Amino acid sequence: MRYLPHTPQDVSTMLDVIGARSIDDLFSSIPRSIRFDGRLDMEPALDEAALVDHLSGLAGKNRALSCSVSFLGAGAYAHVVPTAVDSVISRGEFFTAYTPYQPEVSQGTLQTLFEFQTMVAELMGLDVANASLYDGASACAEAVLMAQRIVARQKQRRKVVVSTGLHPEYLETIRTYLSGMDDLDLVEVGLGPDGTTDLCSVDGALGPEAVCLFVQSPNFFGVVEPLAELGRRAKDVGAVSCCAVSELTSLGLLEPPGRLGFEIVVGDGLGMAGPVSLGGPGVGLIATTERNKRVLPGRLVGRTLDGENRVGYVLTLAAREQHIRREKATSNICSNQSLMAVSLAVHLSLLGRQGFKHLARLNYSKAKYLREKLAERGLLAHPQALIYNEFAVKVPAGDAALVARRIFEEYGVLAGVPLGRFSQEWKDLLLVNVTERHRRRQLDALVEAFDRFPQTSAQ
Amino acid sequence: MRPLQAHTVLHVEPPIFELGAAGRSGASLPEMDVPEIDPGQEFGVDVLRCEDPLLPEVSELEVIRHYTRLSQWNYSIDEGFYPLGSCTMKYNPRVNEWTARLQGLTDIHPYQNDDQIQGALELMWRLEHALAAVGGFARVTLQPAAGAHGEFTGLKVIRAALSARGERRRKVLVPDSAHGTNPASVAFNGFAPVLLASGEAGILRPQDVEQALEREGADQVAALMVTNPNTLGLFESHIAEIAKILHSAGAMLYMDGANLNAIMGKVRPADTGVDVMHYNLHKTFSTPHGGGGPGAGPVGVTEELARFLPVPVVERRNGRFVLDYDRPDSVGRVRSFMGNFGVLVRAYTYLREMGADGIARATELAVLNANYVRARIEKEYPAQYGGACLHEVVLSDHRIEKETSVTTLDVAKRLIDYGFHPPTIYFPLIVHGALMIEPTETEPLEEVERFCQAMEAIFVEAHEDPELLKHAPHSRGVNRMDEVRAARKPVLRWRPEASDS
Amino acid sequence: MSGYPEDLRYTQEHEWARVSGNVVTIGITKYAVEQLGDITYVGLPREGEEITKGDVFGTIESVKAQSDVFSPVSGTVAKINDPLEDNPEYVNDDPYDEGWMIQVEMTDPEDLSDMMDAKAYTEYVAELD
Repeated sequence: MRYLPHTPQDVSTMLDVIGARSIDDLFSSIPRSIRFDGRLDMEPALDEAALVDHLSGLAGKNRALSCSVSFLGAGAYAHVVPTAVDSVISRGEFFTAYTPYQPEVSQGTLQTLFEFQTMVAELMGLDVANASLYDGASACAEAVLMAQRIVARQKQRRKVVVSTGLHPEYLETIRTYLSGMDDLDLVEVGLGPDGTTDLCSVDGALGPEAVCLFVQSPNFFGVVEPLAELGRRAKDVGAVSCCAVSELTSLGLLEPPGRLGFEIVVGDGLGMAGPVSLGGPGVGLIATTERNKRVLPGRLVGRTLDGENRVGYVLTLAAREQHIRREKATSNICSNQSLMAVSLAVHLSLLGRQGFKHLARLNYSKAKYLREKLAERGLLAHPQALIYNEFAVKVPAGDAALVARRIFEEYGVLAGVPLGRFSQEWKDLLLVNVTERHRRRQLDALVEAFDRFPQTSAQ
Repeated sequence: MRPLQAHTVLHVEPPIFELGAAGRSGASLPEMDVPEIDPGQEFGVDVLRCEDPLLPEVSELEVIRHYTRLSQWNYSIDEGFYPLGSCTMKYNPRVNEWTARLQGLTDIHPYQNDDQIQGALELMWRLEHALAAVGGFARVTLQPAAGAHGEFTGLKVIRAALSARGERRRKVLVPDSAHGTNPASVAFNGFAPVLLASGEAGILRPQDVEQALEREGADQVAALMVTNPNTLGLFESHIAEIAKILHSAGAMLYMDGANLNAIMGKVRPADTGVDVMHYNLHKTFSTPHGGGGPGAGPVGVTEELARFLPVPVVERRNGRFVLDYDRPDSVGRVRSFMGNFGVLVRAYTYLREMGADGIARATELAVLNANYVRARIEKEYPAQYGGACLHEVVLSDHRIEKETSVTTLDVAKRLIDYGFHPPTIYFPLIVHGALMIEPTETEPLEEVERFCQAMEAIFVEAHEDPELLKHAPHSRGVNRMDEVRAARKPVLRWRPEASDS
Repeated sequence: MSGYPEDLRYTQEHEWARVSGNVVTIGITKYAVEQLGDITYVGLPREGEEITKGDVFGTIESVKAQSDVFSPVSGTVAKINDPLEDNPEYVNDDPYDEGWMIQVEMTDPEDLSDMMDAKAYTEYVAELD
């Protein structure tokens, strides 16, 4: 066993030093009555060649996105990730390091996370960001709990107002987290026919008892929300405005929520930090204003000086965290997604100021190209909406999953995510995502596919 | 033993924002093969980004060089021994990294139809069963992203099960030696933690649990959260009796699996009466820590609790693997998609290489290494609780505090100069000046012995030249950081100019 | 020189109170400061907020700890020591003067009756060590 270095001689030398007769003696504190004497029911061990074959076999049973043309997005956007990114995080110094609690031997991770925090804050249009959370969904839940801390002195505030434009899995995660909180009620506000959060419903739900207003932009249907308007309404009633950005690249084109008055902005770097990988690991993001930094969840890296006045970095404001404040901590989070944060920082550095902006324009222009063609065919669910790189197609015949299946069988194209998997109400919707990866001929091919199937045609 | 010579790497590297030049880029983007649309046509001033984010402007070489230099300032398992108690810093096998990068396991989307991701679902199903076998549980959810997330999920399951019984219990007993995440996860489930003092032998006594139940109200207590072996490296030998006491009071037993590396193949937690346990794949099952994540914190439960696990779960039906979302009693989701799938691939690869005998042997050798350290240096650093430990040993500063002017922190920092990562210190809180050492099974005898010799050398230095320790480390690019300064006037991001200094 | 001024009153939780008419100035004692080490942050209530005797009115953080501060009296917060926000070190350097935390207009002077005088507090602290 190549990971277990002890020779029989080593074992006996060590037992002598310990003064034990056998290794089994060392387990004498485990009562016989509960000891497991059998052999664990596990599959047989494999040597490297067999292991590689087995895992390659499992990989081969999946259909990789690059073997098709994929328009799947819905919170997991497959962007081009340069090979240099994986090269950096494949360095053992990054991926086999522990959490940087000992700053003298962790400056590499710490400075990188400091740079990451800066980049995230910049993208979100806010002052500070933390060193990452698990993912976009749990970041939403953490943001709600953070909003509660911000308004903690106003005891009457217990209503968490959330737009159903949030990714359904984000919303469901918020629901799970709040189910344990006796002092918070979840109120959902729906979308209007144009695909944006219905302002009348927002007005109805917001009031002096509101903790926060939570929206996503672009929302789950790809529609850009009127954030300035929504942020203002939250502010008018003293509620904390929160926004989720599940498609990070949109911030190369769209005014960041932070600049539009939002106090907490969360997101996910999935698809930008690395391959979508069945949805994880990505990297949960959270940013806020200077004023709220002490109620942020999770780790924060700060700059300071060492004993000889050299610049260095440390984990700071730790008094917020579970290892010090225990049950009064701002979150229970300990491990986050550090390596993916490094990954995202490397990718954003490679893109740079110009590249990030151009990337957003590519996504936008290509999505618009496809959307115009489908608009001509009357296939859009929200024809008047502003979109970035994703939009919902409405299938007149009513079964989007069926259409997607047929297009896949015929063309090998994954035409989009049929939204019936989230709600029966959305059975006729197919969510189509276009990124920089798509070539014009692939966009044309999708249009052709829609034309080929009579049940997708409006005529 | 002698300390190392100073590290010979470049130690000055400005933030990446200060490198490069305006207009430079390391991007390689696809061509604009559709008509470029000016977003200003449809987006108003409130929608269109008016100021570009301050991202770096550097070439690919500059990026690679910058992060390579930074990486060299990190200590890592690849560089040396990490005796970090409670963290199980074992070797991260390279084949795991290779399998985790297979295109068929990375370039897949969570919303592809089940028939297009059969391999991924099969992997999850097999991993679930392997983990269930180690813990003795009926089912395991792979969704939680880390240990604390697993605690949160496991307690949520307990809460749901109690609700289903029509009970409203709101207290959870937590021993004083617990990790900070335990009481925090309790609070995040709307429960109140109740502190339980460890007995004199460092383990919980059944009568203490009985008394706590009586004091808090037997119908008020939802669960006891216990780490086994506990954070002192000691097995909770009364665990089965404690489980019976809890169960007869209608409460449940939650086990924090952080220290599972100590007991694999020796005892299955479910056999001790544990109802719910989370695993840390980034500890016990060799997936890399990555400088603080991503990890994975699967949660195992008994048959009775399986229906409450988060959705979706992978089921095998007629030889096909499917994602089952139709579980009405589920607690819901705790995050998006299927969890940190890339981490699951690594853990599965590891388990398949190790097999049942391999992981049982890993446990034996981890315990052997820890006891060796204890036997070798407990003269200098006495253990608070005598006798054999399991996978980690908690030593104290009793002698150095009495005989010298140095502290546990000084000893820990001095270890850096000998080429070792410091152990976990000042935890658990109930041991004075604790040094918590967990060597793991992947460290060879020579390396463990070198560590013991360094600890002995430092003990001598503490008596002869305490100032040397107080200013350690001396061999890295920076020495001790001014943490007070960092917290008083926090600088949490880079800004242009000297506007923030 | 005990480090505990004669004109103040003290609590078992190591707060001090300086009484002037019905206005009470509150801070933490030198003993508390020494236990906490370098203070990095002081969290205070807002002016005008109602507080109750025995309840938490503020928090104090050091690098490795966080503590609650309890009010010895009930009343309304008349004034807070704003400069502490940017200069938490005042509490370390000068706990009884520049490091005061809040001023409360108390509703019931009777609240003060269970507080200790300097002598009693000095003895109390001596027993803790």
